Amino acid sequence: MLDPESGLSLTIARIVQRLKGSRLHSPLGHAYGLFAIGVDKPNIKALLTCSGKVSLHKPEIKLESLKEDIKDFLKASGWEKKLQNAVYSELNVFPSPCHPAAPPEHMKEPLAYMRKAQGSWEKRILKSLNSMCTELSIPLAQKRPVSEQKELLNKWNEMGTDEPDLSLFRPVYAPKDFLEVLMNLRNPNYENGEHASFRNHLGLIQVPLKVKDIPELKEDFSELGLNIGQLGIDDSAQVPPEFFENEHVRVGQKVLAEQDSAAAQQYVRQGCPTALRADLWALILNISNQPEDILYYEQLKSNVIQHDLLVDSLIYKDVKLTASNDDYYFVFEDYLYQVLLCFSRDTSVLEHFTYSSATPPKSYIRGKLGMEEYAVFYPPNGVIPFHGFSMYVAPLCFLYHEPSKLYQIFREMYVRFFFRLHSISSHPSGIVSLCLLFETLLQTHLPQLFYHLREIGAQPLRISFKWMVRAFSGYLATDQLLLLWDRILGYNSLEILAVLAAAVFAFRAVNLMEVTSLAAAEAVLADLSTLKVMPLLQIFLFATVT
Amino acid sequence: FRIMAGKVKWVTDIEKSVLINNFEKRGWIQVAENEDWNFYWMSVQTIRNVFSVETGYRLSDDQIVNHFPNHYELTRKDLMVKNIKRYRKELEKEGSPLAEKDENGKYIYLDFVPVTFMLPADYNLFVEEFRKNPSSTWIMKPCGKAQGKGIFLINKLSQIKKWSRDSKTSSFVSQSSKEAYVISLYINNPLLIGGKKFDLRLYVLVSTYRPLRCYMYKLGFCRFCTVKYTPSTSELDNMFVHLTNVAIQKHGDDYNHIHGGKWTVSNLRLYLESTRGKEVTNKLFDEIHWIIVQSLKAVAPVMNNDKHCFECYGYDIIIDDKLKPWLIEVNASPSLTSSTANDRILKYNLINDTLNIAVPNGEIPDCKWNKSPPKEVLGNYEVLYDEEIAQSDGPDRDLRSRSGQSTGVKGNRARDSGKPVLTTWK
Repeated sequence: MLDPESGLSLTIARIVQRLKGSRLHSPLGHAYGLFAIGVDKPNIKALLTCSGKVSLHKPEIKLESLKEDIKDFLKASGWEKKLQNAVYSELNVFPSPCHPAAPPEHMKEPLAYMRKAQGSWEKRILKSLNSMCTELSIPLAQKRPVSEQKELLNKWNEMGTDEPDLSLFRPVYAPKDFLEVLMNLRNPNYENGEHASFRNHLGLIQVPLKVKDIPELKEDFSELGLNIGQLGIDDSAQVPPEFFENEHVRVGQKVLAEQDSAAAQQYVRQGCPTALRADLWALILNISNQPEDILYYEQLKSNVIQHDLLVDSLIYKDVKLTASNDDYYFVFEDYLYQVLLCFSRDTSVLEHFTYSSATPPKSYIRGKLGMEEYAVFYPPNGVIPFHGFSMYVAPLCFLYHEPSKLYQIFREMYVRFFFRLHSISSHPSGIVSLCLLFETLLQTHLPQLFYHLREIGAQPLRISFKWMVRAFSGYLATDQLLLLWDRILGYNSLEILAVLAAAVFAFRAVNLMEVTSLAAAEAVLADLSTLKVMPLLQIFLFATVT
Repeated sequence: FRIMAGKVKWVTDIEKSVLINNFEKRGWIQVAENEDWNFYWMSVQTIRNVFSVETGYRLSDDQIVNHFPNHYELTRKDLMVKNIKRYRKELEKEGSPLAEKDENGKYIYLDFVPVTFMLPADYNLFVEEFRKNPSSTWIMKPCGKAQGKGIFLINKLSQIKKWSRDSKTSSFVSQSSKEAYVISLYINNPLLIGGKKFDLRLYVLVSTYRPLRCYMYKLGFCRFCTVKYTPSTSELDNMFVHLTNVAIQKHGDDYNHIHGGKWTVSNLRLYLESTRGKEVTNKLFDEIHWIIVQSLKAVAPVMNNDKHCFECYGYDIIIDDKLKPWLIEVNASPSLTSSTANDRILKYNLINDTLNIAVPNGEIPDCKWNKSPPKEVLGNYEVLYDEEIAQSDGPDRDLRSRSGQSTGVKGNRARDSGKPVLTTWK
């Protein structure tokens, strides 16, 4: 087991390494970054002198007061906050380093059988993609003729009016295909026993991952407790705003004025006021939409114009099937293309594969199969979209109407959270753990309901799986969805999705007890658009007799 | 002496399920037009006949109808503009602070209808205005038509030569074939969402004009154009870009039958609050309430406030990119056709709530009642303006918080006086 001190040093080293490549590269910056996470003076001095970055020749720089001078300068220039936010962001995204002897796969996924399962799943997806490609005789990628490039550029803001023939394209996979794979996951080292009983798990997921129980969840989500004000509950029309809302808004404005990511993350656990949400999320995700970010987006746009990818058609099809028919999101159809087509070409997304259990699919230049020098990642960002993928972007359109900012927010949300919802891993926020958490919560606290549904062939996970994979996008009313995603950001975890899924079942338990088929159960749970998520969560976690 | 226990007898010339289902669910009895009836949901043609001088129809105390006799003062495009202009001039003459103008001569609080002229009557005035801004676009609308019929856009004088009073052809063309049109300055900077133009349809119920008592339905909606908005002159003829009437959009290639290109007003509010901030969004909605109340006040003096009448109007409003709302027109017979499932539910509830207010307790009406329904029956309606209450309270009460007033759908704060927060009485 790694001792805390060496763990800290590894973390520091990694963060410093990553910040070197960023615009915050500055020797003084490093110093302060290290102060911010509590490294003491002798270590900092050692690091600075080793790296030979600090020039001690200038007469104004006194070694004795160097530390104080640096601190004052950084505070005054605002760089302190930026650094703190950057360091905080890194800490949030990257897992803590494991044992120095552990191979890099362990940062992706420590359990071998999970890695194997993810690998097989990826092979299947890629096979499906390649066969579609062969069937339709469409190359995975090709350069667009100049006339087509011009046309696309003109139509960039209204790609929704384009009507390419998409009838032959099918989504590469749908959530239910993925569920089948998860159901068949087994830990080869674990003996499940012959008969399923109430001692064993009766759900679809049969791997022994550790998931939290309600007492642990209550502690983790303590800010959602009954005594604490929440947006989504204490801002309803009947509650005078003086009780909670006005003060909460005031605090939110202060957090924004201070530009403090960590404070913002703590703040949004109680929900974001609608007018502050866009800025708060950007602060937490550390997105500032600098000129270089806008330039990067424009570069991606020109990549889209110049080259046509097969996945583009998959994206079109997905948007047309999902967001275009959605009461809330149809308005933003064109923005979805502008974001997703660029996303497919963004190689910076490849970075997230260092901590994701997934590996980007490789493809080979025609005729050079197997030759590594001719291998490319396909699509360039390594992410193959599935049915419903565009719904990750859609809710964000309510917050950001500037394309490059919308793009960056989505990309950051994807590499922090959404990727875990469609890859096989043991991570507590990974979809496998969420499914198991959901089933365990239901089985433990609503055993009668669980048993009944199971008996009639309506395993609860079959219904709730699609909600969780999409982080409830397209199922909840938008204002409720945004309140839910506030908490995902606030707690830096997706576990709340499983808790909400269980809470929904608890809410409709009476009706569900009366159904006698899977179809009828689906019907009871078909329309979630009237649900209010915060009261449901609060009741399930804090007001149910356990 | 009246028999109280009888069921309400109803007639309608509008065969729409959202109406009929509502009558039937109240256990009302359908009768024919020539029989004894209590409630008649009329088309605008019928109301013309009922109240026309020749037929001399007398309604009895237990009969109510769904239109005011001269509703066209508000619902005909030319008369609406005429009445608003007259109202503004009157306020100006009495020195009311509401009629205050800015340094450019524009009304600060009452400039909510785009510059409009009647054709052919005001042709020369129009030409003068047109020449001030020769690159502007204008929209021609026939006074008596609905559903976007006969509307077209122009940006050159030659396109409307027909309506010129000096036109050489006029002596060969009889007066009646030169149909009355209004021509308004086209709002070419509408607020776009997702790059698309939209307008707002809001329902307003008026139970009496003097004193003015009106209610706004909380569940209005936005109607989006299916094609991307472009102010480019080459697209002036493409009605799918410019007109938001569902009747027109329904025939476009991209029309979707699931959502019908419609958004709820609460979606609009969420979007605007999230992207523009709460203050400007509240200000916008306050202004919308304000312009609706002002339009009703403008026609109240000329309305025949017949006690047998109530009316549910469909207000069409466009928001420009500076978040200023413009009143485009008021419909006396808002469409009761449903284009999507959500639509059907909305219109069904609209009629239900309307009937609950207009026909208290669903019983045989007595048109002499005070038209003050209790709060519980309002359903999705909110009091927009109640002249009696507004006058009895005096001008300097706190307009912002009224205890007992529901704020309804989050943030939709209709106030009794409908005055925007920024206006101050001098």
